[in-house]
Amino acid sequence: MPGHWSYITLVLYLASLGLYVRFLYAGRRWTGRLATILLALGLGSHYLALLERSHWVHSVPYNDLYGSLSLFGWLLAATYLGLELYYRQRSMGAFVLPCVLVLFIVGTWSSHGLPATHLEQGTMFALHVTLSILAYAAFALAFLLSTVYLLQDHYLRRRGAAGWRCPAMWRFPPLEGLEKMSRGSVRVGLVSLVAGTVLGILWEIRVQHHFLFMDPKVLITLVILALYAGYLWVSRRTGWRGARASLMCALTFLVVIFSYAVVNVYLSQFHRYL
Amino acid sequence: MQIVLIGLNHRTAPLELREQVAFSNEDVERATAELRDRCAMEETVVLSTCNRSELYGVRHEAEKSADGLEGFFADFHGLSRAQLNGCLYHRADLDAVRHLFRVAAGLDSMLLGEAEILGQVREAYRRASDAGSTGPVLNRLFQGAVEVGRRVRAETELGARPMSAASAGIKLAERVFGDLSSHSALVLGSGEIAEQAVEQFRQRKIKHLWIASRKLEHARSLAARVEAQTIPWDEFPGMLDRPDILVASVAAEQPVVSCEMLSHAMTDRKKGSMLLLDLGVPRNIDPAAADLYNFYLYDLDALTEIVEQNRQAREQEIPRAEAIIDAQISKFEAWRAGRSAVDLVDDLRSRLDSRRRRILEAHAAAFAHLGPEVRDDIDRLTAQLVEEMLKEPADRLRHARTWRERVQHMETLRGLFGLDSEDEQ
Repeated sequence: MPGHWSYITLVLYLASLGLYVRFLYAGRRWTGRLATILLALGLGSHYLALLERSHWVHSVPYNDLYGSLSLFGWLLAATYLGLELYYRQRSMGAFVLPCVLVLFIVGTWSSHGLPATHLEQGTMFALHVTLSILAYAAFALAFLLSTVYLLQDHYLRRRGAAGWRCPAMWRFPPLEGLEKMSRGSVRVGLVSLVAGTVLGILWEIRVQHHFLFMDPKVLITLVILALYAGYLWVSRRTGWRGARASLMCALTFLVVIFSYAVVNVYLSQFHRYL
Repeated sequence: MQIVLIGLNHRTAPLELREQVAFSNEDVERATAELRDRCAMEETVVLSTCNRSELYGVRHEAEKSADGLEGFFADFHGLSRAQLNGCLYHRADLDAVRHLFRVAAGLDSMLLGEAEILGQVREAYRRASDAGSTGPVLNRLFQGAVEVGRRVRAETELGARPMSAASAGIKLAERVFGDLSSHSALVLGSGEIAEQAVEQFRQRKIKHLWIASRKLEHARSLAARVEAQTIPWDEFPGMLDRPDILVASVAAEQPVVSCEMLSHAMTDRKKGSMLLLDLGVPRNIDPAAADLYNFYLYDLDALTEIVEQNRQAREQEIPRAEAIIDAQISKFEAWRAGRSAVDLVDDLRSRLDSRRRRILEAHAAAFAHLGPEVRDDIDRLTAQLVEEMLKEPADRLRHARTWRERVQHMETLRGLFGLDSEDEQ
């Protein structure tokens, strides 16, 4: 059964989401600040909920798909909070928190966690999974930022007043800011994914005494790395920067979802959760 | 103590009359002195903008009619009363308070929710305060007005949305680039609309601003005002790769900026998107530029549509602004009631003390045989008795839960002790 920290986290995330939405529409500063504070508290209690799960499974709390989803949500919220504080932009909270909530609810209430096998223990394994999921969280954030970029670009191109009727549209981060944040997020994701992959290779060699290069998870990870590296490159080229690069970033995230939801569950023998 | 207001504004008087009754900085000092002498004003603030001339005052004699103020208004500006007939409005107490708060909130402005009026209210108050013509009541009133203006702008959308084509365009530029202080703009033209755009850029501390106009002298004089650079008209096509925002507002039969020019500029450009604001009629930028990648083109029609929509959105915010005003009026009234309570207790004390002295004087013969020390003791003890009697009602007044409760207590005291009658005086 999910512990009381899970319920506290749910309440805090829901309250934070409500305030972020209110902030987007009404623009009151204190609403935004309170939303940030509640998100930070939610992150704290989510961490304790992950610890509870960890005690239950006697391993890292993400040795199954649902545990990893919960960690995904936690890292997404943490990455967003870092980005919000760095760029002083709160208006993306209303888009990020629903994703965090869905990941948290599915991750927490779908499964109680399975006791870990002896293979799924140790620091190297923990770091491999954590860094990989951090990368996914950063890519998810870049996806949301790129989507908002494309939405705003669409309304700017339409030129009419229709898009600007909603007060929230005037409070979105500017296009340039969204581009910067998206690139920053992808950079964090790339570094994490490279580090996580290297640690995964080392861990596999240690426990299996060989490395299976042709594992679908390894191949799809290389594709993801190449696509995001390509995005970083083209996002500074004259003919690509802006909407085209953002579209590429958003579409690349579909490959990440494929890797996480399909490859992890059905295709990879070694990375299979279920 | 009564708060009074007399004035006229864009709704009640035509521009010619408003110009005649405007108060210059020198006028304000003279008006303040005359109001004090002629209309028995204890405190005064003169608020004079291009759309309104208003006198706020505080006086003791509530029975004095508004005629005195109206006469002052006419005489001060050398006008006859007939000329002001029907143009002046009078407000007293709560109505005057509400009026000022609505003015500060921008609800009484020609352009609903305009931001400048709050600065003008603040400036009028500062000037009056420096001249020593404000007192506790107007200090409190104008501080409340400034707070209302600040809150309305922070908590509602009333002042948030741009209301002119130029400002709507600049707001869109902020949607694309964010803070404009690290960006650059090129303005084509030096007419009135170009001037508005230049002013908006100046307010946002844009990093580089170039102005190109066929009338080079106009461009130079405009550039000198805002520390911009002028470029010869013929050279602007070669400059198009440098600005992030291009504003065009020139009189031309054909577009002066073509798609080819913009395509070349984007190729040479090392930066991202470019915003094109075409404020000219006929249009100055080839409409086909809207299809070029990374260009956002807005013409006057598109911007006017946004402005009209913003005007409607501002009107929807009026109830929220009125709620803020109501809250501030309650605070002000609570303060006034508290202040009146202190006056009331002082009044009561002086009446009781005067009765005490009269009784002591009436019985002075009976105490004549007593020594001076004992007589002093009797005087001190009776004075102490009066203070003790006042302590409880004063505390209850001070600690009333609401200003309405305080007013009720005050009315009771006034009624029971006959403080409204002048007999005791």
